[in-house]
Amino acid sequence: MKLLALLPFAALLGGCDFVVLAPAGDVAVQQRDLVVISTVLMLIIVLPVMALTVFFAWRYRQSNTAAPYEPEWDHSTQLELVIWSAPLLIIICLGALTWMGTHLLDPYRSLGRIAADKPIESKEAPLNVEVVALDWKWLFIYPDYGVAAVNELAAPVDRPIRFRITASSVMNSFYVPALAGQIYAMPGMETKLHAVANKEGTFRGFSANYSGAGFSGMHFEFKSLSNADFDKWIGTAKASANMLGRTDYLQLERPSQNDPIRLYRSVDRDLYKAILNMCVEPGKMCMSEMMAIDAKGGLGREGLNNTLPLTYDKYARRGAPLGTEPTFVAGICSMDEIKDAPSREVTAPLDLTPLRGFGLKRPPFSPASSTSQLLGQRPKSES
Amino acid sequence: MNPDLVKMIFGRLNLEALPLHEPILVGTFAVVATGGLALFAIVTYFQLWSYLWREWFTTVDHKRIGIMYMILGIVMLLRGFADALMMRLQQAIAFGGSDGYLPAHHYDQIFTAHGVIMIFFVAMPLVTGLMNYVVPLQIGARDVSFPFLNNFSFWMTVGGAVLVMMSLFVGEFARTGWLAYPPLSNIGYSPDVGVDYYIWGLQVAGVGTTLSGINLICTIVKLRAPGMTMMKMPVFTWTSLCTNVLIVASFPVLTAVLALLSLDRYVGTNFFTNDFGGNPMMYVNLIWIWGHPEVYILVLPAFGIFSEVTATFSGKRLFGYTSMVYATVVITILSYLVWLHHFFTMGSGASVNSFFGITTMIISIPTGAKMFNWLFTMYRGRIRFELPMMWTVAFMLTFVIGGMTGVLLAVPPADFVLHNSLFLIAHFHNVIIGGVLFGLFAGINYWFPKAFGFRLDPFWGKLSFWFWVSGFYFAFMPLYVLGLMGVTRRLRVFDDPSLQIWFVIAAFGAFLILLGIGAMLVQFAVSILRREQLKDTTGDPWNARTLEWATSSPPPDYNFAFTPVVYDNDAWWDMKRRGYKRPLTGFRPIHMPSNTGTGIILAGLATAMGFGLIWYIWWLAAVSFVALLAVAIGHTFNYHRDFHIPADEVVRTEDARTRVLAAGAQT
Repeated sequence: MKLLALLPFAALLGGCDFVVLAPAGDVAVQQRDLVVISTVLMLIIVLPVMALTVFFAWRYRQSNTAAPYEPEWDHSTQLELVIWSAPLLIIICLGALTWMGTHLLDPYRSLGRIAADKPIESKEAPLNVEVVALDWKWLFIYPDYGVAAVNELAAPVDRPIRFRITASSVMNSFYVPALAGQIYAMPGMETKLHAVANKEGTFRGFSANYSGAGFSGMHFEFKSLSNADFDKWIGTAKASANMLGRTDYLQLERPSQNDPIRLYRSVDRDLYKAILNMCVEPGKMCMSEMMAIDAKGGLGREGLNNTLPLTYDKYARRGAPLGTEPTFVAGICSMDEIKDAPSREVTAPLDLTPLRGFGLKRPPFSPASSTSQLLGQRPKSES
Repeated sequence: MNPDLVKMIFGRLNLEALPLHEPILVGTFAVVATGGLALFAIVTYFQLWSYLWREWFTTVDHKRIGIMYMILGIVMLLRGFADALMMRLQQAIAFGGSDGYLPAHHYDQIFTAHGVIMIFFVAMPLVTGLMNYVVPLQIGARDVSFPFLNNFSFWMTVGGAVLVMMSLFVGEFARTGWLAYPPLSNIGYSPDVGVDYYIWGLQVAGVGTTLSGINLICTIVKLRAPGMTMMKMPVFTWTSLCTNVLIVASFPVLTAVLALLSLDRYVGTNFFTNDFGGNPMMYVNLIWIWGHPEVYILVLPAFGIFSEVTATFSGKRLFGYTSMVYATVVITILSYLVWLHHFFTMGSGASVNSFFGITTMIISIPTGAKMFNWLFTMYRGRIRFELPMMWTVAFMLTFVIGGMTGVLLAVPPADFVLHNSLFLIAHFHNVIIGGVLFGLFAGINYWFPKAFGFRLDPFWGKLSFWFWVSGFYFAFMPLYVLGLMGVTRRLRVFDDPSLQIWFVIAAFGAFLILLGIGAMLVQFAVSILRREQLKDTTGDPWNARTLEWATSSPPPDYNFAFTPVVYDNDAWWDMKRRGYKRPLTGFRPIHMPSNTGTGIILAGLATAMGFGLIWYIWWLAAVSFVALLAVAIGHTFNYHRDFHIPADEVVRTEDARTRVLAAGAQT
């Protein structure tokens, strides 16, 4: 009878897509297994506790005078040993499981297998995908193919994927539940994730960390395709008219919501590196360069002269009410000196208006275009 | 008028700050304003202002301050719960292309405000209020160590609450989530007043919380009745001690991290920016070094309440007192070693993640031991199912589920798939409602007769209990389910229609909780009306075990005419058993602290300073700050700090109680 009463709930549950419990990628499957094993382990102790609570509450109720009553009984060494050691034993098991599981499923660790019954083939290189969380859309760059996509991620089935993840402005979390657990996408920092999809299909991916007004619409489609279909997908991207240079990126990263899928046939080959180092804008010093200088002792007081008034910095750090005028650190090395330098033709973004910021006037001048100005003294403020 | 002058006077405050274009807020304002005016009119009509000022606002009596904390917590609960209802409604209808009824600008403020208010201005005042009321009575003290500081702490908490409430109608609140992670909370991405309201609301209240923590630690360490060694302290006092140690050790971290964030926002430093050497990860670490102990700050006193309630209503000594105390201390220490489990997913290495995962799991061992201790306290007892005990059993059944999902989330690979999902939301509501709130309700029902001399009405109390408990399960079990479907938190609109049914069930649960809150308010009202029938003249309506029940209900201003002497850890039980006789003669004058208005004035100035800083009204901030210092220094010259209750007044009070007790004994 009780089972019958549960039927409507079972029907309700049956109609749902428990993607976390039935994922399509080996990493997520192993994570699911850990969820299930841990739960079962804990139920070993939780269920008896719940049953005992109900039983004691019922048996020792005041009206049941038949039950023994020992108002002074408050200690039993044997019982104390049991109540401390039973949880301890469970936690020892769980702790061992955690230690192994965490290392085995470390998102930074490259995969050891395609699936439980399928070892990895050493000759097949993983698919590299560079992920950038933008306000409020996802950019996926395929460095191996030179193409990119907004709000659509495609990968061949059973081929390991190596994600490198960053963000343009605020924190997001990159999460495709069917594929693998999430990892944060943070500006100026890079996180990594290794995963593989074992089933073909279209799955949902999204940001799992609130990032502002357009957060709800910040999802994308993850397409797990056969090798042939994936090649076809790359072909479609190659055939599209869009190109993603630095200028295009500066337009793309401006906040927008519910963006449609967009494919790019070519991508500036250093774009991801520049995004990660927060120097897509022309003339700005890359974080890697800044850190290299700092590691050698920094520029000292002279470094103060190496700043220029900020004209465009997305919308980070501008116009603190009591602060100095916002500045940025100018790049010192000429572009040729930076290893793997991107091409020198850097065109200014089309729209230089600041996105928002307290009491900010429109920038009084256009951005520096020549290197001599970049290296020169800070111009006197006109305002 | 000269715009520069206007800007100098009003900072960035202007008419646009009033949300006249948001009908929901205008409606709320109308209701609040009408209610406020009505309250003001009633107080004025009955000429209560001077009474309130003399007897309540300026009081240094820990009992009255405790009651005021409770009132603050319950008022703020209504606000925080209104936010919850609005969220549930939005999520229940925003399907199939519908945008719901809340724009992102409003919705994002609501979920931020809900979290901030429920933690800082509901749970904290309720916990602090109970500790304030009960701890001095339980240890046989006349008051806390620093009675004026206690009054000041309370008003600072109110000041913070006022700032947060003000953001509803003047300007806006933060749209960042309740912990305001940068870069989102930095000036570039949140240039409006929202985050400043958040910062100054918490800073002002945080001063109060920290000082109150110091005060209660000092009280427990120094003011215990003779004979009450540490291992004879009631368990609630023990958990309060640990909680206040946690407060004193962790709240300064919150103050510091918010101070750094405000430097970033106000003077353009780069602690938490992405570039110029700043690092937002630093903020995330620091805020959780405060934030994780915070959850134990809330739940430890609840554990104490359950211990008192279980022992009292089972008519038995608490099982395993010593292991209970050690479990509490172990939890206190471990709570500092687990903060990273809040961000396993931010790219720490596997060894770091496993370390913090395993330390987190270890906390479940002492917690489990506590659970067994309550269980074996019930074993071979005579359990009376009065309201406090009902809440306790509901807690035990609910909390183990929350504990289990908590340990599950402590397994890093499991956290990778469940972090930030609705599963996480269900988990922490499971422990905060099922643990903290149920504990507070048990505590309120348990100690109410002590504070007011009559019990709370059991019928409406039971109604409230069943609505709350069933409402909780309806509201949060669907969220566990949704979390397993990979649905994440803080979403405003959904496009998968199959999810809607779960949100509708959750909204129904929230509605049941609304009825529960309503029944609770009715319970208070009915109890006040029926106070003659519910009256307790004995001072010990539950046949309880600890010292607070040794004095009258409500206790006299001085708590105990003679300081009791303690021989056993259930002091009052022991006294009753050994045929304790109340002393009837030999009363002496009692030394008491005087009331002072300095606390409320200082807190008012601090609030004004916060308001000035939020709106960039620099003159206001500067003037309030100078005035704050002046009043604080001025107060040190106030030499009228104490007085003596004359012996004959003590005699009158105690004789009156003797008569009441005699009359009670005859009937």
